[in-house]
Amino acid sequence: MFGKLSLAAIPWDQPIPLITSIVIIVLLAAILALVTYKGWWPYLWREWLTSTDHKRLGVMYVVLALVMLIRGFSDALMMRSQLALAAGAAAGYLPPDHYNQIFSAHGTIMIFFVAMPLVIGLMNFAVPLQLGVRDVAFPVLNSVSFWLTAAGVLLVNLSLVIGEFARTGWLAYPPLSEIAYSPGVGVDYYLWGLQISGLGTLLTGINFTTTILKLRAPGMSYSRMPIFCWTALASNLLIVAAFPILTATFAMLLLDRYLGFHFFTNDAGGNPMMYINLIWAWGHPEVYILILPAFGVFSEVIATFSGKPLFGYRSMVVATMAICMLSFMVWLHHFFTMGAGANVNAFFGIMTMIIAVPTGVKVFNWLFTLYGGEVRFTSPVYWSLGFMVTFVIGGMTGVLLAIPPADFVLHNSLFLVAHFHNVIIGGVVFGAMAGYTYWFPKAFGFTLDERLGKASFWCWFIGFYLAFMPLYALGLMGATRRMQHYPDTSWQPLMWVAFAGALVILAGLAFTIAQLVYSIKTRQRRRDKSGDPWNGRTLEWSTASPPPPWNFTVLPQVSGIDEFWSMKHAGKKTTPRGAGHPSIHVPRASPLGFLTAFCAVMFGFASIWHIWWLAVLGLLGAIALVLRHSWQLNTEVQVSAKELSEFETRQNGAPG
Amino acid sequence: MRMPIKTCAVLVLFETACTSSGVLDPHGPIGGAERSILFDATVIMLAVVVPVILATGLFAWWFRAGNRKARRRPDWSYAGRIEFVVWAIPALVVLFLGGIGWISSHDLDPRTRLPSSSSPIEVEVVSLDWKWLFIYPGLRIASVNRLVAPVGTPLHFRLTSAGVMNSFFIPQLGSQIYTMAGMATELNLQADDQGTYPGLSAQFSGDGFSDMRFEVAAISPQAFAQWIDATRAHGGSLGPEEYAELARPSQKNEPRTFAVVSPKLFEAILASPGAAPRENPK
Repeated sequence: MFGKLSLAAIPWDQPIPLITSIVIIVLLAAILALVTYKGWWPYLWREWLTSTDHKRLGVMYVVLALVMLIRGFSDALMMRSQLALAAGAAAGYLPPDHYNQIFSAHGTIMIFFVAMPLVIGLMNFAVPLQLGVRDVAFPVLNSVSFWLTAAGVLLVNLSLVIGEFARTGWLAYPPLSEIAYSPGVGVDYYLWGLQISGLGTLLTGINFTTTILKLRAPGMSYSRMPIFCWTALASNLLIVAAFPILTATFAMLLLDRYLGFHFFTNDAGGNPMMYINLIWAWGHPEVYILILPAFGVFSEVIATFSGKPLFGYRSMVVATMAICMLSFMVWLHHFFTMGAGANVNAFFGIMTMIIAVPTGVKVFNWLFTLYGGEVRFTSPVYWSLGFMVTFVIGGMTGVLLAIPPADFVLHNSLFLVAHFHNVIIGGVVFGAMAGYTYWFPKAFGFTLDERLGKASFWCWFIGFYLAFMPLYALGLMGATRRMQHYPDTSWQPLMWVAFAGALVILAGLAFTIAQLVYSIKTRQRRRDKSGDPWNGRTLEWSTASPPPPWNFTVLPQVSGIDEFWSMKHAGKKTTPRGAGHPSIHVPRASPLGFLTAFCAVMFGFASIWHIWWLAVLGLLGAIALVLRHSWQLNTEVQVSAKELSEFETRQNGAPG
Repeated sequence: MRMPIKTCAVLVLFETACTSSGVLDPHGPIGGAERSILFDATVIMLAVVVPVILATGLFAWWFRAGNRKARRRPDWSYAGRIEFVVWAIPALVVLFLGGIGWISSHDLDPRTRLPSSSSPIEVEVVSLDWKWLFIYPGLRIASVNRLVAPVGTPLHFRLTSAGVMNSFFIPQLGSQIYTMAGMATELNLQADDQGTYPGLSAQFSGDGFSDMRFEVAAISPQAFAQWIDATRAHGGSLGPEEYAELARPSQKNEPRTFAVVSPKLFEAILASPGAAPRENPK
C-alpha cells in the first residue's frame, strides 16, 4: 500500500533535521492558520496562486528564491562550522552521512532553487515591461512553470522530514549515485525533484524565447532591444538547448535505478563517464543561463545611474551572443583529470579561455559607461561596483583553472570551491540583489530603504572576501572539497576565518530582510507616484508603478535604443492619457499551474517511495488537467475602455 | 584605505599557502612545472585585472554626481577605437595564455614518461572503499595506504577503481588523475626530495571519503631496497580471497603491506568492474 514508506523514514534519531522539521511545520501551520483566520484565502487564490500575470509570477519566483536562500544558507553555516571544528582528531558535530546530505542539498538548492528562480523571477517581471508588451507569449504556461518549480522545491524539502536527501554531491555522479552504492531514497528525491522543476524551467525557456522573438512593442527591432532583454534571450535559448540534456540524463539514471538498466553502471557495459559528459553538457551552459541575465541587470543599472546610454551596445550584444554559443563548447574543462589526451584537454582549455574575451569586453564597456557619466551612488550601483571588482578576480581564477596542468593540481580543491562562489556570489547574487532593489519600486510602487540596502551590501561584500579568500589559500594548501574532517590542524585558523565570513554574510541576509520589513512599514512616505524613480531609460519606467495588469494602456511606439529616455527628452507625453482607449484582453487567472503541480508532487513523492497506485493517480491527474485546459476557450478577460480611462485618470490626474 | 588591507590579507594568505604542504611547495618536476604555470598565468592576468579594479573605483568616484570638476559626456556611447582596444586586450591575453595552455598540456600530459637515467618504478593503484591499494607488479609486493618510492626515480602509475570513482592526488608531487572502474588511467610523477608527503582522494566517494588518505614516503634508493626486503620478510599474501576481504568497505585503515601479490591482480580488477555492492546503511 505505501511502498517503501514507513514511520522509520522519519529521522527520529537525528535531532538536527527533526527539530528543524518541527519548527518548519509549526511555522507553516501558523501561517496557514493566520491566512485562514484573516480570511485571506479567496484573495490569495484569485490574485496570486492562480495568477497568470508575469509580474505576479516574477514576484512569487523571487519570494520562493529568498525563502530557499535561507534554507541553503543554513546548510552553508552548518558546513562552515563543521569544518571550523573538525580538525586533527576532532570529528565535529555532523557525522559523514548527515554532512554529505548537507553539501549535496546546499549545492542543489542554491543553483536550482535560489539562483534559477531569482534570475527567472527578474526576467519574468522585467522582460515584458522592457519589451513594451502586455504579457508573455503563453501566460498560463508561465504559471505552470512557476508551480512546477515550486513542486520541485517542496519535494526536495520533504526529504528533510521523510527519508533522506542524496549524499552524492549536487550533480550525483554515478556510479556513486547508482542503486548499488546509494540504495536509499536520497538520490530519488534529488532526481524526481529536479526532473519536475527542470520541466518547469524548460517551459519558461520556450515561453521567453517566443516572447522575445515574437512579441515586441511596435518599432522595437532587435537592435533597439534593451540589453537585459538580449541577455534574457541568450539565457532562454540556452535553457531550451541545455535542459533537455539534463532531463534525458536524469531519465537514464532513473532507468538504471528503477528498472535495472545499465547506462551508467560499472558493469554490463555501462559507462559512468558518459553521465559526467552529459551532465556538464548541461551544467556549463547552466552557469551562463544564470550569469548572462545578471550581466544584463548590471548593464541597465550602470547606464541608468550614470545617466548615460550603455557604452558599446553592439559590442555588448555580440559579446552576449558569443558567450551563449561558446558556453556549449567548454564542458570538458570540468574533468581534465579524467585522462583525456593532451590535444583534447588543450582544445577545451583554450575554448574556455576564449569565453574570457567577450566577458572582458563587457567589463571594459561598463567601465566606459561610467566614464563621463554622473554616477549616483544608490544601492544597485553599490552591488554593481562590488560585482565588477569581485567578478574580475573570479574570472581570473577561472582562466587559471582553464589551463589543464593548473587544473591537475587545483581540480576539486577548495580553490575551485572559492572560484565558483566568487563568480556565483559576486556575479549572480550581486546581480540579483541589484535587480531586486532596482525594480522593486516598479513592482510595488515604493522604494526600498537605501541605508539598510547598503548595510546589506557591505556585509555581503566583506563577508564574501572573508569566507572565500581563505578557501583559495586552503585549496593551494591541498585541502579538497566535500571533506567532513581533515588531519592538518594548520588549516583550522583559515577555516575559522571562513566561518566568520559566513556569519558576516548572514548579517547581510538579515539586513535584506530588515530592509524589506522596514520599507513595507514606512511605504507611505516612500511612495513613488511618478513610475520613474531612478530617471530610467527603458520602457518599464514609462508605465505606472505598480503597472496595471495590462502593463501599457497604449503600446509604445519605439524608434531607438533607450526609448523612454528619448521620449522624456523630446518632451513627448510619456504616458497616454484620457478617454477613448479601445478595450484590452488580458489572460484570465487559471488554477492549471497550481493543480498540475499538486499532481506532480503526488507523482514525484509516490515514485520516490514506490507507491505505484499514487504515482499513476498523480500522472493521470496531471494529464487530465492539461487536457481539460486545452479545451478551454474562455481564457481571456476583457478590460473595458471605461476601466482603462478610469485607471489613466487616477494615475495622471485630469484627463488630457 | 581598503586596498592596502586587502593586499596585506592576500599576501598573508599567500605566505601561509607557500609554507604549508600544498601545491605551492612542490618536491618533484611535475609539481614544480605546475607551480610555475600557476605563477606565470596569475602574473599575466593581474596585469589586466589590477588596472581594471583600480579603474572601476577611480571612474565611479571621479564621475560621482556632485563632482564639479568631472567633465560629463552624457551621450557618449560609442568610440570605434576604444571598442577595438577593448576587444584586443582580452584577446591578446588569451592568445598568450592559450599558448601556455597548449604547450603545457602536451608537456605535462599525465601519460608522458619522465626523462631519467634510471628505469621507472611501476605502481598499480586501486581505489577501494575507502583505502588505496598500491601494487608493485615488478616486485610482486603491495601496500595499503602508504606509497613508498625512491627519490630521483620516475614513478609510472596505472590506476583503476574497484567501485566508485576517486581521484589520486599527491599535492606536493603534482597532477592528480581519476580512478575509474573498468578503465585504467596513467600518471607519471617523481619525488626529488626525501620526505613524507600527504596523498588523498580528491573526488568525493561516500561516507569514508575524508579518511581516504595515504602517505607518500620518498626515501633514498638504499632505504627503498631495504623497505622491499623488510616488506617481503614481514609476510602476508594478497590473493583473490584476501583481495575480496580487503575490498569490503572499511574506513580509517592503517597502512599495511603484502609480501606476495598474485600476478595479474590489477588486470583482474580491471576486467571485473562493479565490486560487491554496499550494504544499505540504514
